[in-house]
Amino acid sequence: MTRRPYKAEFPALSWWLRQPRYIRYMLREMSALFLGIYVLVLIAGLYCLSLGKPVYEQFLTVAEGPVGLTFAVITMFFAVYHTYTWFKVTPKAMPLTLRGQRLPGAVIIAAHWLIFALLSAAVWLLVSS
Amino acid sequence: MARSHKPVIWGLFAAGGTVAAFLAPVLILISCLAVPLGLLPPEILSYERLLELLQNPISRLVVFAVLVLIIWHAAHRLRITAHDVGMSSDSLVMIACYGTAAAGTLLAMLALFSPV
Repeated sequence: MTRRPYKAEFPALSWWLRQPRYIRYMLREMSALFLGIYVLVLIAGLYCLSLGKPVYEQFLTVAEGPVGLTFAVITMFFAVYHTYTWFKVTPKAMPLTLRGQRLPGAVIIAAHWLIFALLSAAVWLLVSS
Repeated sequence: MARSHKPVIWGLFAAGGTVAAFLAPVLILISCLAVPLGLLPPEILSYERLLELLQNPISRLVVFAVLVLIIWHAAHRLRITAHDVGMSSDSLVMIACYGTAAAGTLLAMLALFSPV
Protein backbone atom coordinates (compact mmCIF):
# COMPACT_ATOMS: atom_id res chain seq x y z
CA MET A 1 0.00 0.00 0.00
CA THR A 2 1.41 3.34 -0.95
CA ARG A 3 1.10 6.13 1.49
CA ARG A 4 -0.20 9.28 -0.08
CA PRO A 5 -0.07 12.02 2.48
CA TYR A 6 -2.40 14.91 1.93
CA LYS A 7 -0.67 17.92 0.52
CA ALA A 8 -2.53 21.16 0.70
CA GLU A 9 -2.29 22.81 -2.63
CA PHE A 10 -2.15 26.52 -2.52
CA PRO A 11 0.16 28.98 -4.17
CA ALA A 12 2.58 30.10 -1.47
CA LEU A 13 2.72 33.69 -2.61
CA SER A 14 -0.83 34.48 -3.67
CA TRP A 15 -3.25 32.41 -1.54
CA TRP A 16 -4.00 35.45 0.60
CA LEU A 17 -5.49 37.33 -2.35
CA ARG A 18 -8.54 35.06 -2.29
CA GLN A 19 -10.46 36.70 0.52
CA PRO A 20 -10.56 40.23 1.94
CA ARG A 21 -9.80 38.98 5.43
CA TYR A 22 -6.72 37.11 4.18
CA ILE A 23 -5.60 40.33 2.51
CA ARG A 24 -6.11 42.22 5.76
CA TYR A 25 -4.11 39.55 7.59
CA MET A 26 -1.26 39.87 5.11
CA LEU A 27 -1.32 43.68 5.28
CA ARG A 28 -1.08 43.45 9.05
CA GLU A 29 1.83 41.02 8.93
CA MET A 30 3.63 43.03 6.25
CA SER A 31 3.53 46.10 8.49
CA ALA A 32 6.43 44.38 10.27
CA LEU A 33 8.52 44.39 7.09
CA PHE A 34 8.12 48.12 6.60
CA LEU A 35 8.48 49.02 10.27
CA GLY A 36 11.57 46.81 10.47
CA ILE A 37 13.25 48.40 7.45
CA TYR A 38 12.31 51.88 8.68
CA VAL A 39 13.88 51.28 12.08
CA LEU A 40 17.01 49.77 10.50
CA VAL A 41 17.37 52.89 8.34
CA LEU A 42 16.86 55.08 11.40
CA ILE A 43 19.59 53.16 13.23
CA ALA A 44 21.85 53.54 10.19
CA GLY A 45 21.14 57.29 10.35
CA LEU A 46 22.10 57.41 14.03
CA TYR A 47 25.26 55.51 13.21
CA CYS A 48 26.09 58.07 10.50
CA LEU A 49 25.40 60.78 13.07
CA SER A 50 28.01 59.24 15.35
CA LEU A 51 30.53 59.30 12.47
CA GLY A 52 30.35 63.06 12.09
CA LYS A 53 28.59 65.83 10.25
CA PRO A 54 29.69 65.10 6.62
CA VAL A 55 28.62 61.44 6.84
CA TYR A 56 25.31 62.34 8.46
CA GLU A 57 24.51 64.98 5.83
CA GLN A 58 25.22 62.47 3.09
CA PHE A 59 22.78 60.11 4.78
CA LEU A 60 20.15 62.87 4.95
CA THR A 61 20.49 63.64 1.24
CA VAL A 62 19.82 60.01 0.36
CA ALA A 63 17.04 59.55 2.92
CA GLU A 64 15.25 62.71 1.82
CA GLY A 65 15.36 61.76 -1.86
CA PRO A 66 12.35 60.49 -3.84
CA VAL A 67 12.98 56.84 -2.90
CA GLY A 68 13.20 57.68 0.79
CA LEU A 69 10.07 59.81 0.65
CA THR A 70 8.04 57.16 -1.20
CA PHE A 71 9.15 54.55 1.31
CA ALA A 72 8.19 56.87 4.17
CA VAL A 73 4.67 57.39 2.82
CA ILE A 74 4.11 53.63 2.43
CA THR A 75 5.58 52.97 5.86
CA MET A 76 3.29 55.59 7.38
CA PHE A 77 0.27 53.71 6.01
CA PHE A 78 1.52 50.40 7.42
CA ALA A 79 2.41 51.99 10.76
CA VAL A 80 -1.09 53.38 11.22
CA TYR A 81 -2.57 50.06 10.11
CA HIS A 82 -0.42 48.29 12.68
CA THR A 83 -1.69 50.68 15.37
CA TYR A 84 -5.29 50.08 14.26
CA THR A 85 -4.96 46.28 14.36
CA TRP A 86 -2.96 46.31 17.60
CA PHE A 87 -5.53 48.42 19.45
CA LYS A 88 -8.39 46.42 17.95
CA VAL A 89 -7.37 43.25 19.78
CA THR A 90 -6.62 44.92 23.12
CA PRO A 91 -10.06 44.04 24.59
CA LYS A 92 -9.24 40.39 23.94
CA ALA A 93 -5.60 40.57 24.97
CA MET A 94 -6.34 42.63 28.06
CA PRO A 95 -9.97 42.38 29.20
CA LEU A 96 -10.74 44.73 32.07
CA THR A 97 -13.41 44.62 34.70
CA LEU A 98 -14.62 47.60 36.68
CA ARG A 99 -16.68 46.96 39.83
CA GLY A 100 -17.51 43.49 38.62
CA GLN A 101 -18.64 44.76 35.24
CA ARG A 102 -16.80 43.80 32.10
CA LEU A 103 -15.56 47.00 30.47
CA PRO A 104 -16.91 47.28 26.89
CA GLY A 105 -14.27 46.63 24.22
CA ALA A 106 -14.96 49.95 22.54
CA VAL A 107 -14.00 51.79 25.73
CA ILE A 108 -10.66 49.98 25.95
CA ILE A 109 -9.91 50.67 22.29
CA ALA A 110 -10.91 54.33 22.59
CA ALA A 111 -8.68 54.71 25.66
CA HIS A 112 -5.74 53.40 23.63
CA TRP A 113 -6.40 55.91 20.85
CA LEU A 114 -6.62 58.70 23.41
CA ILE A 115 -3.24 57.74 24.88
CA PHE A 116 -1.90 57.46 21.31
CA ALA A 117 -2.98 61.05 20.58
CA LEU A 118 -1.53 62.38 23.84
CA LEU A 119 1.79 60.56 23.38
CA SER A 120 2.08 61.67 19.75
CA ALA A 121 1.43 65.28 20.75
CA ALA A 122 3.97 65.01 23.58
CA VAL A 123 6.68 63.64 21.29
CA TRP A 124 5.90 66.26 18.66
CA LEU A 125 6.17 69.11 21.20
CA LEU A 126 9.33 67.64 22.72
CA VAL A 127 11.11 67.40 19.38
CA SER A 128 9.85 70.62 17.80
CA SER A 129 10.27 72.95 20.77
CA MET B 1 11.91 20.19 31.40
CA ALA B 2 13.99 22.17 28.99
CA ARG B 3 13.54 25.87 29.21
CA SER B 4 12.11 27.55 26.17
CA HIS B 5 13.17 30.88 24.73
CA LYS B 6 9.56 31.48 23.75
CA PRO B 7 8.52 33.75 26.65
CA VAL B 8 11.47 36.08 26.02
CA ILE B 9 10.80 36.37 22.31
CA TRP B 10 7.08 36.75 22.89
CA GLY B 11 7.67 39.41 25.50
CA LEU B 12 9.83 41.37 23.06
CA PHE B 13 7.18 40.89 20.36
CA ALA B 14 4.36 42.20 22.54
CA ALA B 15 6.37 45.07 24.01
CA GLY B 16 7.72 46.06 20.61
CA GLY B 17 4.28 45.85 19.02
CA THR B 18 2.86 48.10 21.70
CA VAL B 19 5.68 50.63 21.39
CA ALA B 20 5.30 50.61 17.59
CA ALA B 21 1.53 51.05 17.86
CA PHE B 22 1.87 54.12 20.07
CA LEU B 23 4.98 55.74 18.64
CA ALA B 24 5.79 54.63 15.09
CA PRO B 25 3.33 56.98 13.32
CA VAL B 26 4.59 60.11 15.10
CA LEU B 27 8.21 59.01 14.62
CA ILE B 28 7.70 58.57 10.88
CA LEU B 29 5.85 61.88 10.71
CA ILE B 30 8.67 63.77 12.41
CA SER B 31 11.63 61.96 10.84
CA CYS B 32 10.41 61.68 7.24
CA LEU B 33 7.26 63.62 6.41
CA ALA B 34 7.01 66.78 8.50
CA VAL B 35 9.86 68.61 6.73
CA PRO B 36 8.70 67.87 3.14
CA LEU B 37 5.14 68.80 4.18
CA GLY B 38 6.38 72.09 5.58
CA LEU B 39 5.12 71.33 9.10
CA LEU B 40 8.58 71.61 10.64
CA PRO B 41 11.68 73.57 9.56
CA PRO B 42 14.51 71.51 7.98
CA GLU B 43 16.81 72.43 10.90
CA ILE B 44 14.81 70.03 13.05
CA LEU B 45 16.86 67.16 11.53
CA SER B 46 20.17 69.00 11.44
CA TYR B 47 23.37 67.45 12.79
CA GLU B 48 23.71 69.96 15.61
CA ARG B 49 20.07 69.70 16.64
CA LEU B 50 20.10 65.89 16.82
CA LEU B 51 23.36 65.87 18.80
CA GLU B 52 21.74 68.29 21.22
CA LEU B 53 18.64 66.09 21.53
CA LEU B 54 20.78 63.01 22.15
CA GLN B 55 23.19 64.64 24.56
CA ASN B 56 21.18 63.48 27.54
CA PRO B 57 21.99 59.80 28.35
CA ILE B 58 18.35 59.21 29.31
CA SER B 59 17.05 60.32 25.92
CA ARG B 60 19.66 58.08 24.26
CA LEU B 61 18.46 55.18 26.37
CA VAL B 62 14.82 55.87 25.45
CA VAL B 63 15.64 56.08 21.72
CA PHE B 64 17.63 52.85 21.98
CA ALA B 65 14.83 51.01 23.77
CA VAL B 66 12.15 52.18 21.33
CA LEU B 67 14.13 51.24 18.20
CA VAL B 68 15.35 47.90 19.49
CA LEU B 69 11.92 46.82 20.73
CA ILE B 70 10.31 47.64 17.37
CA ILE B 71 13.03 45.74 15.53
CA TRP B 72 12.53 42.57 17.60
CA HIS B 73 8.78 42.86 17.16
CA ALA B 74 9.22 43.04 13.38
CA ALA B 75 11.71 40.16 13.35
CA HIS B 76 9.40 37.86 15.27
CA ARG B 77 6.32 38.71 13.23
CA LEU B 78 8.18 38.17 9.96
CA ARG B 79 9.54 34.84 11.20
CA ILE B 80 6.04 33.59 11.91
CA THR B 81 4.61 34.94 8.64
CA ALA B 82 7.42 33.46 6.54
CA HIS B 83 5.81 30.08 7.12
CA ASP B 84 2.58 31.34 5.53
CA VAL B 85 4.29 32.39 2.32
CA GLY B 86 5.93 29.04 1.79
CA MET B 87 9.25 29.38 3.59
CA SER B 88 9.14 26.10 5.42
CA SER B 89 12.60 26.07 6.98
CA ASP B 90 11.99 27.76 10.30
CA SER B 91 15.61 27.48 11.38
CA LEU B 92 16.84 29.40 8.32
CA VAL B 93 14.09 32.00 8.67
CA MET B 94 14.86 32.31 12.36
CA ILE B 95 18.55 32.95 11.70
CA ALA B 96 17.72 35.57 9.05
CA CYS B 97 15.11 37.40 11.15
CA TYR B 98 16.72 37.30 14.59
CA GLY B 99 20.17 37.73 13.03
CA THR B 100 19.07 40.97 11.39
CA ALA B 101 17.46 42.14 14.62
CA ALA B 102 20.62 41.33 16.57
CA ALA B 103 22.76 43.19 14.04
CA GLY B 104 20.44 46.20 14.27
CA THR B 105 20.63 46.08 18.06
CA LEU B 106 24.42 46.02 17.92
CA LEU B 107 24.59 48.92 15.46
CA ALA B 108 22.20 50.95 17.62
CA MET B 109 24.45 50.29 20.63
CA LEU B 110 27.51 51.43 18.67
CA ALA B 111 25.69 54.50 17.37
CA LEU B 112 24.29 55.62 20.70
CA PHE B 113 26.69 54.44 23.37
CA SER B 114 30.17 54.26 21.88
CA PRO B 115 32.43 56.94 23.37
CA VAL B 116 33.34 59.47 20.71
